[in-house]
Amino acid sequence: MSSGTVVGLAVATFVASFVEFVEALTIVLAMGMTRSWKSAWAGTLTALVALAAFTAAAGYALATWLPEAALQLAVGTLLLIFGLQWLRKAVLRSSGRKALHDEAEEFAEQTAAARRAAGETRLGLDWFAFVVSFKGVFLEGVEVVFIIITFGLNAHNMPVAVAGAGAAGLLVIGLGAAAARPLTRVPENMLKYAVGLLLATFGSFWAIEGLGVLTPGRHSVSWPAGSWSLLVVLAGWLLLSRVLIAALRRNGRPDPVAAPAAPEAASGRAIVIEEV
Amino acid sequence: MRYVTGFLRFWYDFVVGDDWKIAAAVAVALGLGAVAAAAGAAGSALFAPAVVAAVAAAFVVALLADVRR
Repeated sequence: MSSGTVVGLAVATFVASFVEFVEALTIVLAMGMTRSWKSAWAGTLTALVALAAFTAAAGYALATWLPEAALQLAVGTLLLIFGLQWLRKAVLRSSGRKALHDEAEEFAEQTAAARRAAGETRLGLDWFAFVVSFKGVFLEGVEVVFIIITFGLNAHNMPVAVAGAGAAGLLVIGLGAAAARPLTRVPENMLKYAVGLLLATFGSFWAIEGLGVLTPGRHSVSWPAGSWSLLVVLAGWLLLSRVLIAALRRNGRPDPVAAPAAPEAASGRAIVIEEV
Repeated sequence: MRYVTGFLRFWYDFVVGDDWKIAAAVAVALGLGAVAAAAGAAGSALFAPAVVAAVAAAFVVALLADVRR
């Protein structure tokens, strides 16, 4: 494996995992600040334990029972769906047809919901904070696990994939601890657009390779230029998304993904829409 | 029963996400690719480009259906 491929793998898993970690952190911080830090951390730790068990079981099952082509088809299809969901949102946001996602807004919604929820104590924990933190961390964590497994197995370099995701997790936790608030300064929409392109590219590449499981030999389908085809597929998704943004853009609306950064809003909250 | 519903809901949210039309588009395009592969087309050099083009076309249809609602 060339050093360029190793760097590419590390960057891909880092960026994709970073976005998921930011979303999980936003949920945990909202629960901790409005309900109970103890319960939010208990939910987070329980989710991490469940995630470790899920990863071990899924990893064993995938490595033991599934032929390589079937694995490529299964995880490639999942990645493709994730990637196209993100690309869809990026296209709609950039064309002005959907409000830009804002972690500060998400944080406000989560905290408002937390304040409205009735207090119920179980096992000495604020049950609402525990369950919401658990679900948030587990759901985003499973996505990270799939990203690591897919990228790592297909590039035959699991340690680099794990290291990329681990670095993203540590960075998000560090930034979150330092700021004690959601990472509103992260250019989330731009990141999600880039990650959507990456996941759609790798997802379509591997899912189509995996269709070879339906052939008599059960061997992966070959792309015309091998791994170099990834660049062509990436260029294709990028071109298609730009064409769609241009075609769907409402008159006079700027492209927020390409817009320059703006100063912080008067309220003191950094607003992602102006920074992306 | 509540736990079973919650479990199924979790996996639906995880796999299908916000917009079922995207998951349906991927399923239809890869389904067509699967039929073609089973029929012996997977050996052709045009197979992979044709399937990725089908995925892209299905994505455009799903997106336009969303916009025109």
